[in-house]
Amino acid sequence: MISQLSWKIGGQQGEGVESTDRIFSTALNRLGYYLYGYRHFSSRIKGGHTNNKIRISTEPLRAISDDLDILVAFDQESIDLNAPELRPGGVIVADAKFNPTIPEGLDARLFAVPITAMAEELGTSLMKNMVASGASWGLLGLPLDVFNKAVEEEFGRKGAVVVEKNVEAVKRGAEYVLEQAGGPIDAFRLDEADGQQKLFMIGNEAIGLGCIAAGCRLMAAYPITPASEIMEYLIKHLPKVGGTVVQTEDEIAAVTMAIGANYAGVRSMTASAGPGLSLMVEAIGLAGMTETPLVIVNTQRGGPSTGLPTKQEQSDLNAMIYGTHGEIPKVVIAPASIEDCFYDTIEAFNIAEAYQVPVILMTDLQLSLGKQSCEILDYDKIIIDRGKLVREHEPLEAGQLFKRYALTEDGVSPRSIPGDLHGLHHVTGVEHDEQGRPSESALNRKQMMDKRLGKLEGLRIREAVRSDAPHEHADLLIIDMSSLGGTIDEARIRLDQDGIKTNHATIRQIHPFPSEQLEPLLHRADRVLVVENNATAQLADQIKLHAGHADKIRSLLKYDGNPFLPVDVYHACKELN
Amino acid sequence: MATFKDFRNNVKPNWCPGCGDFSIQAAIQRAAANTGLEPEQLAVISGIGCSGRISGYIQAYGLHGIHGRALPIAQGVKLANRELTVIASGGDGDGFAIGMGHTVHAIRRNLDITYIVMDNQIYGLTKGQTSPRSSEGFKTKSTPEGSIETTLSPLEIALSAGATFIAQSFSSDIKQLTALIEAGLNHKGFSLINVFSPCVTFNKVNTYDWFKEHIVNLNEFPDYDPSNRIGAMTKIMETGGLLTGLIYQDKNRRPYEDMITGFRPEGLANQEIALSREHFDQLMAEFK
Repeated sequence: MISQLSWKIGGQQGEGVESTDRIFSTALNRLGYYLYGYRHFSSRIKGGHTNNKIRISTEPLRAISDDLDILVAFDQESIDLNAPELRPGGVIVADAKFNPTIPEGLDARLFAVPITAMAEELGTSLMKNMVASGASWGLLGLPLDVFNKAVEEEFGRKGAVVVEKNVEAVKRGAEYVLEQAGGPIDAFRLDEADGQQKLFMIGNEAIGLGCIAAGCRLMAAYPITPASEIMEYLIKHLPKVGGTVVQTEDEIAAVTMAIGANYAGVRSMTASAGPGLSLMVEAIGLAGMTETPLVIVNTQRGGPSTGLPTKQEQSDLNAMIYGTHGEIPKVVIAPASIEDCFYDTIEAFNIAEAYQVPVILMTDLQLSLGKQSCEILDYDKIIIDRGKLVREHEPLEAGQLFKRYALTEDGVSPRSIPGDLHGLHHVTGVEHDEQGRPSESALNRKQMMDKRLGKLEGLRIREAVRSDAPHEHADLLIIDMSSLGGTIDEARIRLDQDGIKTNHATIRQIHPFPSEQLEPLLHRADRVLVVENNATAQLADQIKLHAGHADKIRSLLKYDGNPFLPVDVYHACKELN
Repeated sequence: MATFKDFRNNVKPNWCPGCGDFSIQAAIQRAAANTGLEPEQLAVISGIGCSGRISGYIQAYGLHGIHGRALPIAQGVKLANRELTVIASGGDGDGFAIGMGHTVHAIRRNLDITYIVMDNQIYGLTKGQTSPRSSEGFKTKSTPEGSIETTLSPLEIALSAGATFIAQSFSSDIKQLTALIEAGLNHKGFSLINVFSPCVTFNKVNTYDWFKEHIVNLNEFPDYDPSNRIGAMTKIMETGGLLTGLIYQDKNRRPYEDMITGFRPEGLANQEIALSREHFDQLMAEFK
């Protein structure tokens, strides 16, 4: 019995790779296994090799594995490209239709299953995804009834006949492969899962759900990879709570529409990726200057320019922290797990309103699109804090406006919104006085700059630095952000076996930088390795700038479009030690 | 009930003496009062440029945003609280150059807001460069040998883009202008009101006298039917765009906010936002 294995399906984009993965993993989720998915895809709709890989385990494992146990191939290209990843004794399930062959000398078993033929026999080649997932299920020796229930739910609304045919397709796939293999393969016998109900979702969906829970009621957005799923989720769900999504003409309209809605008292957001973020920069400055709450999700992908639009990267840090002319207060939060995506979204809205600042919630492609298990989310942790939003106001003196920018001790002023009686005020991106009227007075300028820039002093989100630091004195402190934590933890297990003592810190509040939380960890390590998906060590720069210890800090960088594997981190750490 | 004086404040505009924008400001104030608004029910969202300052000169809620983006901000405000009356305003550079993309799409979207363009056919605040509305051959600091680009016709573009309300006026005709703004405010949908607002400092061609000489009032055509889209296009072209009055109105098309699934008449900003446990559980169940 084993505790984890990796399964991958490959084929041409648009020929059922996604749906095979979906149905197979949904059934596994029902059994209570922890799942962690990775999508390899191209920036095109049909054609081109694509593959989905899933890690299946009895314990949470938030990393893509170094190797592969089972490869399902819809074409020879999928075998040629992915077979080298198979560990010795791995299995390939391939469609007999293309007379599959395995590379010479590869230690793997090939099962040619008439996937397309069986599907066609049942009426349509579209059902090949069911045959393929049935074959996979069979190899694992898992109970078919759970799978059949998932099929029922997937196709129930299409009628009993469709369900029956799909159930039959699964059965035939499973039976065929089992006959060839002589029964389920022992090396793939997974320990029983804990049976605990979990959610199975992508980060973008967790963010969408977080938006609704946070009381966001308007999203304005322009489609872009890998952010669009947030918009798609909200289009489906916002109308149920009275809200809506507007697909705007561009990202500038998206962000300014969100600013308009926030100004008028509605929690509103937009989501984009690098190119969209670049277009939004001027408006982010407006939000900062006018102290208008704003939440932007930046799902990072490969840059610069159009870059690698469907690939992993974390290269927008500097753009998020520094992009905007002049000086404004701004918060950049980096969820580091699927659960974080949900809870941090709520926190982002709370910070945006409590401090009246723009908040950028950053993810990376792997966190946004990798489908993975998520613990049941806690309703009781949904807290909505609207800060100094007030709806009842004292009558104004003649000719006076509400002091929307009143100078206060904490720098945050009470906020009225359009429609409020006695709340009239002016808002402008021009430097302004307490009533929002343009002012070029030097004294006022200094007071207002200090007010705005001082607001975030002391702001720390929940777990601004998340650490797992068992060693009082570590050989190595490994630092990361966003989706990389699971990969690092897996490398640490191996390093531990080699006698190398590692601590681990994940930076979740990227800006303003939580120096005082990180510094003691830096202090307690001989060396520090900062792991990030970019070419210029942007996170390491922030650490050196704010928390010091530059002499200890080394970087592990990857910017070829692919996520880190545990083995990458392991080797880099071994070299350092 | 508020009078036009209630929409005045004590801020002295930084416009040049004689600028057409003064009359537009007064017309907005009168129209707001005439339509029965209270100051807190009105939000004026403006862009950047001389004209963009207008949101600060009207006693109402006002937001002076960034160049070219008054319309998306205004649409965000309207979506957030459809109980408000929303006016977007700015110059021809703001709406027809940097913000042209938003103008066309705001027209298509047809939210119930009123967009007043203060069209002086030049860039005033940056001290005299060409605008998309400048005439061919027009000499400015940026076109010392005269503009070699064609003049943009916002009325034709608006009509093509599916506008449901198009009017044009002249800042000197404050009576007509006030009536048209009132009509725009009462129109259920997006209304574009382009107003010739002479720049006395930098535009020595399109002066008050020039407009008086060149523009025609649609009143002069008793048979003109503003519900006829083809007729409207013909008239715009016949007059070279130099016409004033209500040019086109489609009273049948419903505004955007009326067509959004599940969108309630009560402003979003006034609705409860907490999610029930039951609803949250339903949302989570989709991922099981």
